[in-house]
Amino acid sequence: MKLSVWTYEGPPHVGAMRVATGMTGLHYVLHAPQGDTYADLLFTMIERRDHRPPVTYTTFQARDLGADTADLFTAAAKAAYARFKPQAMIVGASCTAELIQDDPGGLAAAMDIPVPVIPLELPSYQRKENFGADETFFQITRALARPCDRTARPSVNLIGPTALGFRHRDDITELTGLLMDMGVAVNVCAPMGACPADITRLGAAHANVLMYPETGEAACRWMERELGQPFTKTVPIGVGATRDFVAELAGLLGMPAHLDESRLRLPWYSRSVDSTYLTGKRVFIFGDGTHVAAAARIARDEMGFDVAGVGCYNREMARPIRALAKDYGVEALISDDYLEVEERIESLAPEMILGTQMERHIGKRLGIPCAVISAPVHVQDFPARYSPQMGIEGANVIFDTWVHPLVMGLEEHLLHMFREDFEFHDAAGASHHGGKAVARSAEGDAAADGGSMPPEAAPAAEGPDTGTDVLVWLAEAERELKKIPFFVRGKARRNTESFAAQKGLREISVDTLYEAKAHYAR
Amino acid sequence: MTDYAPIPAAKGCRDTPVLRERGQHEVFCGLTGIIWLHRKMQDAFFLVVGSRTCAHLLQSAAGVMIFAEPRFGTAILEEGDLAGMADAQDEIDREVARLLSRRPDIRQLFLVGSCPSEVIKLDLARAAERLSGQFAPHVRVLSYSGSGIETTFTQGEDACLAAMVPVLPETEARELVMVGALPDVVEQQALGLLGAMGIGPVRVLPSPRAADYFGLGPNTVFALTQPFLGDTHAALVRRGARHIPAPFPLGEEGTTGWLAAIAREFGVDAALFDAVTAAPRDRARRAVAQAAEPLAGKSVFFMPDSQLELPLARFLARECAMTPIEIGTPFLHRELMAPELDLLPAGPRLAEGQDVEKQLDRVRGDRPDLTVCGLGLANPLESEGLTTKWAIELVFTPVHFYEQAGDLAGLFARPLRRRAALRLDTAQPPAALAEARR
Ligand code: SF4
Ligand code: SF4
Repeated sequence: MKLSVWTYEGPPHVGAMRVATGMTGLHYVLHAPQGDTYADLLFTMIERRDHRPPVTYTTFQARDLGADTADLFTAAAKAAYARFKPQAMIVGASCTAELIQDDPGGLAAAMDIPVPVIPLELPSYQRKENFGADETFFQITRALARPCDRTARPSVNLIGPTALGFRHRDDITELTGLLMDMGVAVNVCAPMGACPADITRLGAAHANVLMYPETGEAACRWMERELGQPFTKTVPIGVGATRDFVAELAGLLGMPAHLDESRLRLPWYSRSVDSTYLTGKRVFIFGDGTHVAAAARIARDEMGFDVAGVGCYNREMARPIRALAKDYGVEALISDDYLEVEERIESLAPEMILGTQMERHIGKRLGIPCAVISAPVHVQDFPARYSPQMGIEGANVIFDTWVHPLVMGLEEHLLHMFREDFEFHDAAGASHHGGKAVARSAEGDAAADGGSMPPEAAPAAEGPDTGTDVLVWLAEAERELKKIPFFVRGKARRNTESFAAQKGLREISVDTLYEAKAHYAR
Repeated sequence: MTDYAPIPAAKGCRDTPVLRERGQHEVFCGLTGIIWLHRKMQDAFFLVVGSRTCAHLLQSAAGVMIFAEPRFGTAILEEGDLAGMADAQDEIDREVARLLSRRPDIRQLFLVGSCPSEVIKLDLARAAERLSGQFAPHVRVLSYSGSGIETTFTQGEDACLAAMVPVLPETEARELVMVGALPDVVEQQALGLLGAMGIGPVRVLPSPRAADYFGLGPNTVFALTQPFLGDTHAALVRRGARHIPAPFPLGEEGTTGWLAAIAREFGVDAALFDAVTAAPRDRARRAVAQAAEPLAGKSVFFMPDSQLELPLARFLARECAMTPIEIGTPFLHRELMAPELDLLPAGPRLAEGQDVEKQLDRVRGDRPDLTVCGLGLANPLESEGLTTKWAIELVFTPVHFYEQAGDLAGLFARPLRRRAALRLDTAQPPAALAEARR
């Protein structure tokens, strides 16, 4: 057993639902106890879909346990086919149904449903949501895709977008436009928007664009083997990655690379003098492997940030993220333990977090600005407006999103210069965010508390800071530390402490603080 | 002394046949009860022994709360626990010991059973007993099931409260117990009304803290504030306590009926009852009249969700002039619902259980003015042009007793007002503007 307060991913059958709900003409019969229909509202509420997910649940109860849960499944599958007349069905079990071993696949096969029925084996006690999506789409592809003649004009499939995917909707639009500019057509986009009949036509494309490795890689590998289609390895998030992607695809298709950069604004925005203060801002990056890798490159090479740490929660991407971390000279955090992520952020004390919904709340608690770059996300990150992450417009969106949480340049200067202002002070937060002005607290160092946290929520770790059991901050030094603006204070504290530790000091004085500042100056 | 109780509808619903359906149930499991119980019970921790699905459900339902170092968590079963490689009881002991060492503020720990833990027959009762012995007197460990196979949504609260009843001490005192987790402000209002009538001492189950627990015995009487407390009712009766049957305190009439039943039990005279209730009754009536304006003459269809459906339909029918078409409920406890069934005017279909596809066919056939349903159905029905009130809000909003009667009507009126307020379909300039252009 493992105690968890927060899971970054749902169980694998939620991944299967994301595939089924992204597609049309496909129905999912899920053997599951009463109550597992909660998953519907991920789609109807968070993604705000205007239809029910194409999922029939058996919703068995305790009184059904015993011989007749299998009958219940058969009846549900029959009724689902009769009512929805899908082109194909997928059948599987949730974690509880996995324990009672009714074998949905076998039962469905014996029912002579006149359309393909694809059984799913999703080990709920070992794997998670992304695996569920990847495996489901792979099984659907394997069951339905067949070799066929390539289209006359160059074309590709877009592989990987699903329901409940972070910005998948707009990434598809952005990439479709980008490909069109190159003279490349989209043959099929799948799972999102595709029906089973479309899956049978996958083989007509000249190559596959693997948009999201987490949810499309297994299918791409299979198509490479069985249908002879190469697939792209670069995910076009960020300016450099988009350029590389275009070059890679052009190579695969044997045609000239062409990228229309007339609407690309990130490079100029980032070079303009107003962005100078972004230089060296220390960021911690966490999320799914794909988005983290993309964000790290943008952060360092396109925004001029300093990457203080990277990590991902999906262990399927552990290897690439470890390699990336090495390249950036930081330690990778591969963990799906929310508390561990929180701990790492606390110890690194970055000036900004690029993460998921959860890191947003860690940031709120620690008073660190945060921008969301990856699922899991809540309803705000399924916006009405056009907001891709990929391609040209994606880069523009990213620039705005990442800069927004930070205190703006002039305000930052003023905070450095005048520490005693009653409304314009540390704890008030960035003034363009429009929260209610908080009066400066008497000690001058208002707990930069996130707001929503009731006092009892203060974590145990909030007591003495790491290191203070061996190192003592003299009162004078502590006061001097508080004169440093909040967004860099954590870093100053950390640097001073490690400097003192290096020197074998047990006490930190004002001098130590400035010695450390000089030591780390750049 | 019966004059202040509501007058039953000429022909109530007591004899209406109940449509019993089996099929896909689009409902929550009882684990969701943890979301409000952990806020109410300040020193309790809820440890679900379940799967990643259970953890995912809790966090999806808990929204932002989970970040505030919540007093709940999931011990997620792993491969080894299933294959019998790890002794699950040892694993529970280890997780609990770790948790309690980190959280000395915890005084009550609930081990909450889930579908997976029940299917593999993990004996949480035994674990609770063992751990209680180990951590007494600082922490009391109890267990109950919040699984989907056993419980639907609010029944999780019932199972939790029922688990607490057997461990309460014996007493001979004549005390009133008010049963059901209510928002603090509502609870205080209720206690205020009872106190003004000289009724006391009044205990509440659940209490905010373990230290506030009280005794039960043959002289205990209890009143339920929530309709879904069948098992707790039975457990209290087993302890010798006596139930005061009453309609549920929703709306002016329901609140008056509920207070009247208790007043009768404690021999409060009619003049005092009137003196205490007259002003708030009047206030409630006025607030409802104002908030319910858009509801008059409209039809309403309840999909099953919380067992609050019957009392709510009664309130909407009698105080807001709505016409219930179908009242679905996950479970119909005949005895507890008898006062409600008597008050509810004859007419609506009563349905227990669900076959969601068939029920949706009935919704589409009836085209009610307002459909009360869960979040999995609300947006899809809206996109079919039906107006919905999502049901979960009725459990997450203060709705009981006089002062909330207007808010309760307002919850149902808001979607109708919104539908009337939005002009999205065609380009309609506001009337004044059109006028000015002329
Ligand atoms: S229905 Fe069962 S398996 Fe699903 S979340 Fe509830 S307790 Fe867990
Ligand atoms: S915003 Fe989130 S928590 Fe709130 S109702 Fe919608 S899905 Fe649920």
